[in-house]
Amino acid sequence: MPEDATKYLSHLELGEPDQTFLDSNELIINMGPQHPATHGVLRVILKLDGEKVLGTECVIGYLHRGVEKIAEHRTYAMFNPYVDRMDYVAAVSNGLGYCEAVEKLQNIEAPPRANYVRMILTELNRVASHQLWLGTHALDIGAMTPLFYTFRDREEILKIFEKYCGARLTTHAFRIGGCLYETYEGFEQEVLKFVKFVRPKIDEYEDLLTTNRIWVERTRGVGVISTKDCIALGVTGPVLRASGVKWDLRKAQPYAAYAEMDFEVPTGQNGDTYDRYLVRLAEMRQSLRIIEQAVEKLPDGPILAKVPKVLKPPVGEIYHSIEAPKGELGYFIVSDGSTQPYRVRVRPPSFVNLQALDIMVRGQLVADVIAVIGTLDIVLGEVDR
Amino acid sequence: MPDFLTAYLQSNVTPGEAGSAFWALIYVLIVFAGISVAVMAMNWLERKALAHFQIRLGPMRVGPHGLLQPIADAIKLLTKEDIVPSAADKFVFWLAPLIILCASFTTYIVVPFGRAHAITDLNIGILFMLGVSSLSVLGVVMAGWASNSHYPLLGALRSSAQMVSYEIAMGLAVVSAVLMTSLNPSGTGTLSMIGIVQAQEAQQTWFVFKFFPLGFIALGVFAIAMVAETNRAPFDLPEAESELTAGFHTEYSGLRWSLFMLGEYAAMIAVSSIAVTLWLGGWLRPFPHWLAGQSWDLVFSLFPGLLFLGLAAIAFVGVGRMPKHPYFKIQTAGLAGFGAVLGLIGVVLFIPPVRDRVQDIFWFIAKVAVFMYLYIWYRATFPRYRFDQLMKVGWKVLLPVALGVLLLTAVAGILF
Repeated sequence: MPEDATKYLSHLELGEPDQTFLDSNELIINMGPQHPATHGVLRVILKLDGEKVLGTECVIGYLHRGVEKIAEHRTYAMFNPYVDRMDYVAAVSNGLGYCEAVEKLQNIEAPPRANYVRMILTELNRVASHQLWLGTHALDIGAMTPLFYTFRDREEILKIFEKYCGARLTTHAFRIGGCLYETYEGFEQEVLKFVKFVRPKIDEYEDLLTTNRIWVERTRGVGVISTKDCIALGVTGPVLRASGVKWDLRKAQPYAAYAEMDFEVPTGQNGDTYDRYLVRLAEMRQSLRIIEQAVEKLPDGPILAKVPKVLKPPVGEIYHSIEAPKGELGYFIVSDGSTQPYRVRVRPPSFVNLQALDIMVRGQLVADVIAVIGTLDIVLGEVDR
Repeated sequence: MPDFLTAYLQSNVTPGEAGSAFWALIYVLIVFAGISVAVMAMNWLERKALAHFQIRLGPMRVGPHGLLQPIADAIKLLTKEDIVPSAADKFVFWLAPLIILCASFTTYIVVPFGRAHAITDLNIGILFMLGVSSLSVLGVVMAGWASNSHYPLLGALRSSAQMVSYEIAMGLAVVSAVLMTSLNPSGTGTLSMIGIVQAQEAQQTWFVFKFFPLGFIALGVFAIAMVAETNRAPFDLPEAESELTAGFHTEYSGLRWSLFMLGEYAAMIAVSSIAVTLWLGGWLRPFPHWLAGQSWDLVFSLFPGLLFLGLAAIAFVGVGRMPKHPYFKIQTAGLAGFGAVLGLIGVVLFIPPVRDRVQDIFWFIAKVAVFMYLYIWYRATFPRYRFDQLMKVGWKVLLPVALGVLLLTAVAGILF
């Protein structure tokens, strides 16, 4: 057995090394960091009995870039683009969380129009993130085709982003105090057109998977996590909601202009992979509802509040969290009164949710590990930061 | 012309039966080359069809519509460095792909492409085929073991368990078809592949329609089991890409890897031809009794030529639609040449002696092609089964169904 594997697995009660190879039923394999199904550079050490998983240990840090440390050497505005690189699948959400946290610290109020534009873009990004999740998750389980369908539709969202701010993935769409760019001509129509376009596409994904016998067998009862465990581990987002907790920060502590929106928080009962799949699909539909309402109510007015040239927030600290596509994304910022934050701590949903992997797969089969990693919807850029 | 050339051509039996070693050898070469070409064509078709299922274009760069892609792939694989892991058992590592390749190619000895178009006609043909094709599991296990690595080992274990369990359901389904052959007017059954087709001819029905729905269910069981047997989606656990990277051939590269692929696709064609022979009337043309008579014979014998002319027409339409830019000149010329060759083959297929001799092969290949298309279709549609579910399907569903069909076929055979 490799030495480092023993170190990581010490809590799994490995016991004395076996006398001969034949006495051993246990197999320790490394899944990752180079593996097609770990969504990046996640390394999972698996302890197996044949196909059965006896325990897992996640080894992370292969994508660590020290984002939090970088923040201490950048001004508040300069750090803004860095947060896009954490959860690069949902860069807009990351930006929203950071900007709102700094605004709270500095006591700036973003104008209503900015809030609405922020909401539209964030919800579009939620749909894009869920589409990417669905495609890759289905691919992990062996269904190749949905991947291409979801990417085709996600492309339309990226086109809107590109037209709005010039970037497709790491958008840096928002600034502290609002948005830098006014919406382009025909923005509203284009967004509504997209909503109309994507609704039947979501039904199409459902046609491919929801009643597919093999899909249901592969996901139902797989990776079950109870409400109690979810709360104990701090798991949030669709994973928590699929376990039956109606907890959504957009409802619980509304930010931007979510208080004025009419939408539902979909929940599941069983907390298994299938429920998480249904919850995310329902969330995509709810996001479309929000987008429609927001476009309809989009107020006129300035899009950027009056912000001092040099941001020097008063001494203090702030914790602000938003509902990112993957769960609660929180920013804890400590200000020492200078132009640079004293400390920025990010509470990334992927990192916290990844903890649940072990209890979700213990006693299940190797193939379920893949399904569960997929259903947790982790992005390694955010896990490692 | 020398006798050893003409004796077989004037007969209506296989070269083996006609005692013509020369023609048997020619057939061995034709079959070997033909299957290799079919595998390449299948490779292109799979990538193309799969791409279109998935709103992609697939290969487009190498030759018109990527027609030369398989050749480019072959050159790439042949020239790649041949890596043998240092911890591997070298001899077994070297032997495993050869065993898989030999197992899948040897089965073609008894595949009847037509009454006179098989290398030979063994009286235990179907038994031989099942026996030899199941040898490939040996190659899989050897490959997994010799790689001396965790993922291949897991893949090989999965594969051996899967192939062994599905062979049982497969065998029972085959037995029910063999039982049907004993309902011949002559009253004797046969295991010979040619005999089985002739039995369907004599009983004036394909076995898939015999004792409806018994034959149909048996074909269904076989069709599912054969997908599992060849490790294809949705039963592709041994090489489940997302779980085991590439399963038993993770450590293989270059030529050896391509031998695995060649073996896999050859095995797919082989099991499909078993299904066609046993249930879908082998080389028999559709409706040989309902639409009987000289004129109908003529109409159906024109099909092969018409098909090739049709393909040629498609190629020429493609030529017309090629971009007019000088950059595409060579590609356009290539596509036109391809169309011309297809057209020429089509014309040759209209010549009466060729037409009559080749017709059987055409219908056989057409039926096999349906199964090959199904393989691609499954791959585009289904997620992958989990290992325990796979075993459950094999032992708890397919096996009882196959047993029931076998029993009912026997009862029906006595009653009717």
